[in-house]
Parts: sequence; C-alpha cells; structure tokens
Amino acid sequence: MPPSTPAGAFIGGLGLIISVPSVVLFVTALGFGALARDGGFDLGHAAFLAAIVFALPNQVVLIDQLMRGATIAGAALAVTLTAVRLMPMTVTLVPLFQGEKRRHLLEVLAAHFVAISTWIEGQRRLPSIPVELRLPFHLGAGVVMSGMMLAGTIAGYLLVSGVPTLVTAALLFMTPLYFILSLVATSRSAMDVAAIAIGCGLSPVLYLVMPGFDLLATGLVGGTAAYLIGRRR
Amino acid sequence: MAALDDGFGGYLALFAAGFLVTEVWRWLGLLVGSRLDVAGEVFQWVRAVATALVAGMVTRMLLFPAGALADIPLTVRLTAFAGGFVCYYALKRNLAVGVGGGAALLILAQLVPR
Repeated sequence: MPPSTPAGAFIGGLGLIISVPSVVLFVTALGFGALARDGGFDLGHAAFLAAIVFALPNQVVLIDQLMRGATIAGAALAVTLTAVRLMPMTVTLVPLFQGEKRRHLLEVLAAHFVAISTWIEGQRRLPSIPVELRLPFHLGAGVVMSGMMLAGTIAGYLLVSGVPTLVTAALLFMTPLYFILSLVATSRSAMDVAAIAIGCGLSPVLYLVMPGFDLLATGLVGGTAAYLIGRRR
Repeated sequence: MAALDDGFGGYLALFAAGFLVTEVWRWLGLLVGSRLDVAGEVFQWVRAVATALVAGMVTRMLLFPAGALADIPLTVRLTAFAGGFVCYYALKRNLAVGVGGGAALLILAQLVPR
C-alpha cells in the first residue's frame, strides 16, 4: 500500500533495506572496508569516513591516495575531482523532492544522501509518490543506505579476508549490473537512451586517454551529445 | 598509519579531505537544482550529463575492474554481464533476478573446467 503520511513515506524509504541497491551497496562497502584494512588504516578511521562521506568512489580514492603516500591536500584534490559527479546528480534529484513548502535544513540532509544508489532509486521511485511525501521517502532511503555503507565497511574490515576470491568477484560484479539495469529501466526518452549508450561507449576510450578525468569528460561530452540527439527528435 | 595520526588530528584530516571536499558539490547541486526549471533545457542537459556519467562507470568497472574482479577473464565478465540482461528481460524485468542471475553466471562460468 502506498504511504499517505510523511511518517509512512519515511518508513517506506527505510523499507529499501530489503532491496537490490541495499545489497549492492553493502557488498561494495565490504570491499572498501577490506581495502582500508589492507592499507593499514584504523577501523575507527574507516568507519568514520564511511559514515560522513557516503560516496564510495570518493572514500576509495582518499584511502588509495593516502596509501600511496599522498599529502592530505593532494588527496583532497583527487577526492573533490571524483565528487564533481555528485553535482549533476543532486541538481536532477532536488527538484523531485522540493514541494511548495521549503524545508532548508532537511533539504541539506537530503542532498547529503545523494549517491549513485539513492539517485537511481530516486529517479525510479519518486515520480510515482505524491510531491509532499518524496522528501521523507528519500530521507528514509538515505538513512538505510548510509547504515548499509557503515555496516558493510565494518564487516569488510573485520572479516572479508575469509571470503573466497570468486565469491568476492561475483559480489563486486553486481554493482555494474545494478547500475546498467536500473538506468535502462528508468530511461524515459531518446535522450536517456542516447546518454546510456554514449556514456558506456565513451568511458573506456577516455579512461585510456585521460585517466582521472575520464568520468567527468564522459559525462560532459556524452551527456551533451545525448542532449543534442534528444533535441533533434 | 603514517599519514594519519591516531587522535583528533587524523579524524579532522578525514573530515576535511573526505567530507568537506565531497559535500561541497552536493551543496552546489542543491543550490543550482533549487533554481532550475525542471521542464527547461538546462535541466534536461544536466540530466543527460548525470546519466552518461553513471553509464560511463558501468563499462569502466566491467572492462577495467579493480580487486578480485580483475582475476576473472574479460570474456567471462562480458558473457555473465549479457546473461544478467537476459535474466532481467526473461523474468518480468525483475532487478534482483537480473543482478543475482548475472553474478551466479559469473561463478558458474569460473567453476566449469576448461
């Protein structure tokens, strides 16, 4: 039954604990926890990072940079470059949950909960929810996903070394599959389809040509091309 | 850990180099997103950029994986990936079936002796 109150919508968001993105996020967080342990970081540092950042690629980049002996400033630069991708995601999610009444503090919290998983689920689920219930739903989803990030990081730190490599590989394999199937499932227009196809095709080329800037370049070049294709229709 | 000290300083470094530099892009997104017309051209373009970016992560993870996935041969990865699509479309477009099916195929393909 669809929720009809803000509290019900928040609980509906919490219900995402039993969902594909929740499992996928937990599994990728396991990998992050294991990486932090391999790198010689404290469990407290790894858990703190997972709890406050809530963006796996950024957490991985920070740990990786520090492991390679980068300075804090150098690591921060690499992290912020990785984080630019969150801006277009937030821009396209915010209007979905903004109603007539503006609740600035909750909106800042809602923006914090923007990551790939919550962006995908937001695009998928928010349009069918009444506008005034979208913010609580997204906040509930964010709390659950943040919780999974923290739980996965701690679990990965403590016990992932006992898991067979093949199982770990299969678990890691779920992330790209989840991303692509959700993108395809939520695509609504020729522009969306073009953005998926061009983005998929462009990123391996740009990865080899300009590693580090490849994802941003893929987004800008591929997205602009897809936008132009969409407009011609 | 050499780069981080155990006390308050280590946590402060993670707060600055992890949280602040990440969060600033979400704040910017909130600022811009609050002022954009959803039906407008700029919004459509940003949507295309975000979609292409996430799609780009998919092929990058698939073709240039890190960690345990790198030990799996490329042909197995691509076959299981296609298999995930088949599972998804064959069984009522169920996301769990598609994702779980692809992962199961990856394990099966590796266990079959060649």
